[in-house]
Amino acid sequence: MNTILKVVRYELRNVVRNRWVIAYALFFLVLTTLLLRLGGSTPRALLSLLNVVVLFIPLVTIVFGTIYWHGSREFTELLLAQPVRRDALFHGLFAGLVLPLSAAFMAGVTLPLLLYGGVARDSLPLLLLMLVAGVALTAVFGALATLIAGIVDDRLRALGVALGTWGLMTLAWDGFILWVTMTFADRPLEQPLLVLTFLNPVDLARVLLILRLDVSAMMGYTGAVFARFLGGWLGTAMAVAGLALWALIPGLFALRAFRRRDL
Amino acid sequence: MTRAVLLALLVVARPSTAQGTRELVVNPGGALPTVGMALAQARDGDRIVVRQGVYREPTIVVRHRVTISGDSGAVLDGEGTHAIMVVEANDVTIRGLTFRNTGMSQVEDRAALLVRAARGCRVERNTVRDGFFGIYLQRVTQCVVADNDLLGNAGRQTLGGNGIHVWQSDSVTVTGNVVRGHRDGIYFEFVTMGHVRDNTSASNQRYGLHFMFSDDCVYASNVFRENESGVAVMYTRRVRMEGNRFERNWGAAAYGLLLKDITDSEIRGNSFAENTVGLYLEGANRNLVTGNTFASNGWGLRILANSEANQVTDNTFTGNSFDVGTNSRQNFSTFSGNYWDRYRGYDLDRDGFGDVPHAPVRLFALVVEQTPPALILLRSPVVDLLDFAERVMPMLTPQTLLDARPRMRFPDRTQRGLTGSAESRVTRHESRRP
Repeated sequence: MNTILKVVRYELRNVVRNRWVIAYALFFLVLTTLLLRLGGSTPRALLSLLNVVVLFIPLVTIVFGTIYWHGSREFTELLLAQPVRRDALFHGLFAGLVLPLSAAFMAGVTLPLLLYGGVARDSLPLLLLMLVAGVALTAVFGALATLIAGIVDDRLRALGVALGTWGLMTLAWDGFILWVTMTFADRPLEQPLLVLTFLNPVDLARVLLILRLDVSAMMGYTGAVFARFLGGWLGTAMAVAGLALWALIPGLFALRAFRRRDL
Repeated sequence: MTRAVLLALLVVARPSTAQGTRELVVNPGGALPTVGMALAQARDGDRIVVRQGVYREPTIVVRHRVTISGDSGAVLDGEGTHAIMVVEANDVTIRGLTFRNTGMSQVEDRAALLVRAARGCRVERNTVRDGFFGIYLQRVTQCVVADNDLLGNAGRQTLGGNGIHVWQSDSVTVTGNVVRGHRDGIYFEFVTMGHVRDNTSASNQRYGLHFMFSDDCVYASNVFRENESGVAVMYTRRVRMEGNRFERNWGAAAYGLLLKDITDSEIRGNSFAENTVGLYLEGANRNLVTGNTFASNGWGLRILANSEANQVTDNTFTGNSFDVGTNSRQNFSTFSGNYWDRYRGYDLDRDGFGDVPHAPVRLFALVVEQTPPALILLRSPVVDLLDFAERVMPMLTPQTLLDARPRMRFPDRTQRGLTGSAESRVTRHESRRP
C-alpha cells in the first residue's frame, strides 16, 4: 500500500506538472464559464456540457492514457529492477493517470459554478450525475488505454488502436444501434436497446443523462421502459455499476498483461 | 321641467328603485340563517349579503334577478353530497363567496355553481375548493366569469370534473381566473364569441384549455402550465390565440397546444417553452402562426401532412430538440422569416435574412418519426454527423418544407409582429412570475 502511495504521489506531481492536464482543466473551466454566461445553470444549459462529457472525455483520456503508459515505460523498468511488487506499481500508475484527469474535469466544471454563485436547484442532481458520469468515463477509458498500452508495444500503433477504440465506442456503436432500430423497426425493441446501451459505456453515460432531462417524455413507450429502468435511483445505481464494470474488466485484463509482461 | 321628465324616465326604467333596493343579510345566528331562506323572500333587484360563516343547506336555486355577495369567510358547503348553487334567472351576480366540497358524481355533472339558460350573469371573485365541476355555464349569453380561484379535487382523469365549463353559450367572458387540479381547466363546447383572457390554468389532470366547436373565440394572455396533456383544441374556425404562454407540459402525450381541425385561425405572439411538443397541427388549414417563440421544447412545431396552407412566419426557434417534425416528405404550408438557432447560412446582401433557405426538419427527426425508439440516440455524435451529411446533400428530408427567408438574428418583439397590447400583456405576465 505504501508503495502504491509513493508511486501515486510521484506520478501525480509528474502529471500535474504536465501542461496537457492543465490545458484540459482550463478547457472545462472556459467552456463551463461560457455556458453559464450564455444560458445560466438551468438543466438545458447543462445539456451542452453533455456532448463534451460524452465525446471529449473519452477521446482525451484514451489518447493521453496511451501516451502516458508508453512515456512512463523507462520509469517502470527502473522501478521493477528494485524490490517493488508489480501489482503495487500498476495500481500506482493507474491512479496517477485517472486521478489528475478526473480532478481536472471536476475542478474545471465546478469552479465556475461556485464563482457563478451556485446551481439552480433543479439542475443539481443532474450536475452531480454528470460529474459522476465524467469521472466514470475517465476511469473506463483510462483502463482501456492501460490495456491497449499493455498489449501493443509500438507507440504509434497503440495510439492508432486507441483512436480506433474511441471511434468504435462513440461513433460506430451508435451507427450500429441506428441500423438495428431501422432494420427491426416493426418489432419490440426496448429490451434489445437496453442491452445494447449497457454494452457501451459511452451510450450508458449518455442515456443516463438524457433521461434525467425528461427526454423520456418524448420517447413514448420506449421512454417509459427506459425511464422505469434507468430513471430511478436503482437504475442509476445499476448504470453506475455498469460503468464501474466497464472500468474493472479492461483494468483486470491490463493488470494480467502487466504481470506477464517481459520488462 | 326637464329635470322632472328625466326623473320620471328613471323611475320607469328602473322600477325596482321605486320600491327601493332591499338588502337581505344572511347570518348564521340571524333572522335569515341560510341563503335559501333569503332567496325565498327575495324579489328582483334585491341584494343578498352573506356574512361570515359556514352554510350547510340543500342546493340553492336562484330564480330572481339578485346580487349575492359574500363577506370574506362566507362559505357554502356542499357536504360532499350535492351541487351548491344553481342560477336560473337573468342578470344575477354572484360575488366573493367560497364554495366547497361538492363531492363527486358519476351520474350528473355536479357543479359548485351552475348557471342555466340565463343572460347577463356575473360570477366574480369567488373561491371554489374541492368542486367536482367548478363553475358550469349552460346555454347562457353575455356572462362574465372573472377573478375566481378554483382548486379541484381531481385525483384521476376519469374521476375529475372541469374547472370552468361552458356549454352551448354565446358571448361569454372568462378573465383573470386561476384554475388548478381539475380535469380540464377551462372547457368550451359549442360556444361562440367567447373571450378568455388573463387566466392561469395549471396542474390539471388533462387539458389546461379544451375547446371544440367554438367558433370566433379569442384566447389572450393566458398561462397554461404543467397540465398533464397541455392544451388541445378541435373542430373550430376563426380562433385567435394571442400572447398566451404554454409551459412545461411534459409527458408522452402532452402538447403545448394541439390543433386538430382548426381552420382560418391566428396563433400570434405566444410563448411555447419546455413542452414535449410545442405546437402540433393535425388537419389544420389556413392558419397563421406568427410571432411566437418556441424555446426548449422536445419538438418545437409538429405539422402533419394533412395540414394545408398554413403560414408559419416570424417565429423564433431556440434550443428545441427538434425544431420541426413532420410525418411525410410532402408539405403544403409556408415557412418564412423565422429565426432558427440551427441556421448556418450567410447574409451577403445584409438585408437581415439568410441568402440560402433553411430546412428545419432534421434527418434524425424523420428517423424518429418512423422508429421512435431511435430517440435514445439523441445527442449522440453519430446523429449530428448524419444531420450534417443530410444538410450538405439533402436526400430524404422534405424539400418543400423550407424557410426561404430565415432571419439571421433573434428579432426583438416589435419585429415579430406582436401587437402592442399583446406584448404588454406578455411582459406583465413575465413580471408576475416569482
